Amino acid sequence: MDWYPFINSLRIALLATIVVFFVGLATAYYISRLPRLIKGMLDVILTLPLVLPPTVVGYFLICVFGPRHPVGALLAQAGIQVAMHWYGAVLASAVVSFPLMYRTARGAFEAFDCSLRYAGQTLGLSNTYIFWHIVMPYCKTGILAGTVLAFARALGEYGATSMVAGYIPGKTATISTTVYQLWRIGDDRQAMFWVMVNLGISVVVLMAVNLLENSSKTRGAER
Amino acid sequence: MQLVVDIQKQFPGFQLKTAFEADGRTLGLLGGSGSGKSMTLKCIAGIITPDKGYIALNGTVLFDSRKGINVPPQKRHVGYLFQNYALFPNMTVEQNIRCGKRTVTKTEMRDILERFYLNGLGKRYPSQISGGQQQRVALARMLLSDPSVILLDEPFSALDAYLRGEMEREVKNLLDHFEGPSLLVSHNRDEIYRLCDRIAVYHNGQLDVIGEKKQVFAHPLTRTAAVLTGCRNVLEASPAGEHSLWINGWNIQLKTTLPVNRQSQAVGIRAHYFTCVDTDGENVIPCQVNSVVESPFETIAYLRPAGGTELLCWKAEQAVVQKAAQQNHMYLYIAPEQVLPLEGNKTKGD
Repeated sequence: MDWYPFINSLRIALLATIVVFFVGLATAYYISRLPRLIKGMLDVILTLPLVLPPTVVGYFLICVFGPRHPVGALLAQAGIQVAMHWYGAVLASAVVSFPLMYRTARGAFEAFDCSLRYAGQTLGLSNTYIFWHIVMPYCKTGILAGTVLAFARALGEYGATSMVAGYIPGKTATISTTVYQLWRIGDDRQAMFWVMVNLGISVVVLMAVNLLENSSKTRGAER
Repeated sequence: MQLVVDIQKQFPGFQLKTAFEADGRTLGLLGGSGSGKSMTLKCIAGIITPDKGYIALNGTVLFDSRKGINVPPQKRHVGYLFQNYALFPNMTVEQNIRCGKRTVTKTEMRDILERFYLNGLGKRYPSQISGGQQQRVALARMLLSDPSVILLDEPFSALDAYLRGEMEREVKNLLDHFEGPSLLVSHNRDEIYRLCDRIAVYHNGQLDVIGEKKQVFAHPLTRTAAVLTGCRNVLEASPAGEHSLWINGWNIQLKTTLPVNRQSQAVGIRAHYFTCVDTDGENVIPCQVNSVVESPFETIAYLRPAGGTELLCWKAEQAVVQKAAQQNHMYLYIAPEQVLPLEGNKTKGD
């Protein structure tokens, strides 16, 4: 039994989620405080990957990071080849799942009670302290929701991944690309196996989220 | 101990423009909602940056647009009590208080909790304690940060009537012991009168009148000041002599003790200064009862002066009003010293 697609899918989804978590949070935090006009414009650009077909996103990525294009060529000289490598799939998944994190986190930040930030500032607390100890706990639920959505999207990402990283067994194969390949060559038994694996991961993730939410809810109810 | 403020800020459809000084006594900012009172506090605290102007506290410049000085809120030593108290919901009472001062020992914390009547609540979260207790936590937290100036933003608006009286006395006590300048924002004239020594009246983002509280209440100089200090009869008027005003809405000319000048565009008469008399005469307004509204301790009668288009508001004891209301026509006398000539508001037009 070759477990490579499972491990590859997990590490791609995890790495993409970590990247999207920090980049999404930072973008959401700064954009939530911008004036409405600029916010609206940036919002359109940053949400595009959510509404575009993943293959179109993949095509854009190849245009930028492909070895025959300037950025890709530059990276290739530095020894990083994005196309047809598993970390190319990290890039593709991150770009596609980014809007989910960004939008949910931004909603949470916009609902934040600004007087809490001001109170912290007049009390002499640093902006960094305020962000991690006051803003983040306040927006916890929204940020958690965004992270889970991003992870789920990254795990199931097919279109952009197959464009950027392709399907190379033992190198770039993920669960979703493997299912497609197996079905294409008529190996229904194996395809069904990987479908079940994917289903299993999804159920585990959702259950974990519910547990986390319930525990934070009961703590909230005590208050 | 002195706070000097002279600032301007432009918003879409609204301009904040204010200048005043505050010493160790409490200054009350009185104004309707959206008049710029809270905005002024936020500028002093450094939360909002004015377009231009100058703010200094005890000789230290906090903001100076010409020299490009803008001290961050963290370094201004401003104690700000927010309308909703702004307690951090994810922190316990003790953790909230510690945000004011990190180096509080266990025994000190016990003393603080005791001093603010918060015994045994240290481990609770803000949502688990009452509104009055929340306010005490916010006050303790603010005072521990060792502020040089205290800013109170509508401090009692979130409390019910009973708690309000109690917290008002506690805050009064606290302000009396605080040596630096303190500012209190409110739309409640009674609250301002009880807690402050001086009053600044705001209208449409501009400082309208500033003065000793007794002076401002006894003789509000402008329409806004008269309305905000609780004057029930504020009408348009025109000068009719050096000591007399023509009030078109009441179809009558009244004598005043205070001098009337060209700026006198309105008149203010407090509702409880009228007395019922038997016959017509100077400063006597003949009128008819329009309606009577009873409150637990006093009664307000709305009367229509003969030939007038505007109603007159008269506040007196129930028995007095009832007796007067039995007659179809009645005469109300107002002493010339109670007829206040008022300026129109500066903001309109310029």
